[in-house]
Amino acid sequence: MSILEYNGAAIIAMTGKNCVGIACDTRLGAQAQTVSCDFRKVFQFNKSFVGLAGLATDVQTMNNLLTFRKNLYELREEREMTPRVLSNLLSNLLYEKRFGPYFIEPVVAGLDENNEPFLSGMDLIGAPVYTDDFVVSGTATGNMYGMCETLYKKDMEVEELFETLSQALLASVDRDALSGWGATVHIVTKDGVISRELKARMD
Amino acid sequence: MDSVFGVEYDGGVIIASDQNNARSILTYQTNLDKVAELSSHSAMGVSGPNADLVNFSQYISKNLALYELSNNGLKLSPHAQANFTRGELATALRKGPYQVNIMLGGYDTIKNQASLYWLDHLAAMAKVNYGAQGYASSFCLSIMDRDWKEGLNQEQAVAIVEKCIKELQVRFLIAQPNFIIKAIDKDGVNTLSFGADPADN
Repeated sequence: MSILEYNGAAIIAMTGKNCVGIACDTRLGAQAQTVSCDFRKVFQFNKSFVGLAGLATDVQTMNNLLTFRKNLYELREEREMTPRVLSNLLSNLLYEKRFGPYFIEPVVAGLDENNEPFLSGMDLIGAPVYTDDFVVSGTATGNMYGMCETLYKKDMEVEELFETLSQALLASVDRDALSGWGATVHIVTKDGVISRELKARMD
Repeated sequence: MDSVFGVEYDGGVIIASDQNNARSILTYQTNLDKVAELSSHSAMGVSGPNADLVNFSQYISKNLALYELSNNGLKLSPHAQANFTRGELATALRKGPYQVNIMLGGYDTIKNQASLYWLDHLAAMAKVNYGAQGYASSFCLSIMDRDWKEGLNQEQAVAIVEKCIKELQVRFLIAQPNFIIKAIDKDGVNTLSFGADPADN
């Protein structure tokens, strides 16, 4: 089994009309065994969210590192980090460990300084991809790509985006043994963040 | 081969582990205390090679004591202790990893709340209501899934732990005759029972 599949994860991020959404499952496993059902993999940094899929220890380490760097940035720059900057920082942090990487495949979603939606995904050594529709990461990417490609529409409003994101995630993780056991969705708009727990199959 | 498990109840947390110390075909001792007391109101059950077990638990407990000495008696909460422990495991991971799997339990005397943390040797950490490390998890998690609920008292939590121990003694291939059970509550760390006195060497 690949080290990226040891703990299990599923993350989807999507853009909507003047909003972005990001959703993750909440399972923490040790291969086949489930240890916890409230291990969240999506972390908030002002108006940006970072979803970290992969080895749980590196998810937690990278979250700590990003929080540290974000705080340092805000102290020095006296302004908030935009999602583009955060994504670039993450990419750099990952490439620094090019020959001994963190085993995570992150996703960045947020609203930039003009409240325009921003999305990016990257691999474990920091190679970024910028899209305007959706990014996925985790152990059920095949399922998630299929669901997103089918259900996604441009310029969805908040409620429709929430519904689409939720259904795409739930259907994907239900066919994957290593992810699921609960789900959390966050929708970011210029007025704030709406977060909801989904009622998911707990198997 | 170590069995380590923990159960949280209303007002405290129980940590239990077997007392075997063995390597290959030889049993060195059957009265080892694998539940290391970290501070006045926290303890961790550690599974893994004896060297790492002893070395890591002493390293953590002595660093926590140093914190209190250096900060006018200010104590670290169980949440902080668990995160510190995770940090040390994570730092060592890519240098010279500690091969220890841990159940860390503590009682926060300021918030008046108990907490239990599951930490594996890769330094992944999860706050749980109950958990087990090692082969014990295959036998005991389903018992805990069935019997645990919110608002247990200490007696009920101990009953769950004892049920788990009986299951291991019936069904687990490796004989583990002795178990040590500790409770952490507002009054500190208290050894409830042991199969063999760790002090008898």
